[in-house]
Amino acid sequence: MALDAGLVGRSYPPSAVYEVGREKIAEFATALGDPDPVYRDPVAARAAGHPDVIAPPTFAIVLSLGAGNVVVEDPDVGIDYSRVVHGEQRFTHHRPITAGDRLVATASIHAVRTVAGNDMLTTRVDLATEDGEPVCTTTSMLVARGSA
Amino acid sequence: MSARVRLADVVVGTELPEQVSRITRADLVRYAGASGDLNVIHWNERVAREVGLPGVIAHGMLTAGLAARAVTAWTADPGAVVDYQVRFSRPIVVPDDDAGAEVTVRGRVAALLEDGRVRVDLTVTSGGEKVLSLARAVVALS
Repeated sequence: MALDAGLVGRSYPPSAVYEVGREKIAEFATALGDPDPVYRDPVAARAAGHPDVIAPPTFAIVLSLGAGNVVVEDPDVGIDYSRVVHGEQRFTHHRPITAGDRLVATASIHAVRTVAGNDMLTTRVDLATEDGEPVCTTTSMLVARGSA
Repeated sequence: MSARVRLADVVVGTELPEQVSRITRADLVRYAGASGDLNVIHWNERVAREVGLPGVIAHGMLTAGLAARAVTAWTADPGAVVDYQVRFSRPIVVPDDDAGAEVTVRGRVAALLEDGRVRVDLTVTSGGEKVLSLARAVVALS
């Protein structure tokens, strides 16, 4: 089923606040096999010029996965999740995600395309503090393979 | 920790140290938990084969995260990464053994941008095949 081009620009209500914890950052860094102390040690992070430990550049996927679900589950989008693969991913950091951040994720539909029977859905998620400071913008392109 | 890379030390063509990692099934379980991506194709061989995959495959974002590590290890300043984008072209099949799959990341400075920003293009391969058709970071150096 081709995606409706009229979906582009649709945005969804902001998520609940996600509080970024030191332990979650450390867990994510460990899963990447990354020993960098700025992900674990507040003293090392401060010495590097950050207010607290910071997150690896791809940590925002934790928030954007959750926020992006509202798009995939939108009945108007009608994408078959069992046929979905991740096509592209981008992170634009306005500043590093930092332990103690209280972030709100707002998802919107950035682009839709259908190529050779495959639906391509690009979702944008804006991460900002609950006070409205922009922190990171993620864009995720999912491909729903055609069932032909 | 190595010293931070300075803008003055970088020219177009500067190469990053090559990074070789291995991904095992245990790494997939760990990444699933850390990221919240519990898609069964990353841990269940039976389901992966049922949907037409050759076996359990690594999370694309695990591969992307490993590739970004080559950049942050080089800059010695993970906060310097202001933009990072990847395009997934080939899944990495992770065998059910202790060796897992190898991932090699090479990178080079591709462009000097405005305001001390530098674009790094990465080549990410497994078993000699490119697994990301695009992997590009922009880092802010001083």
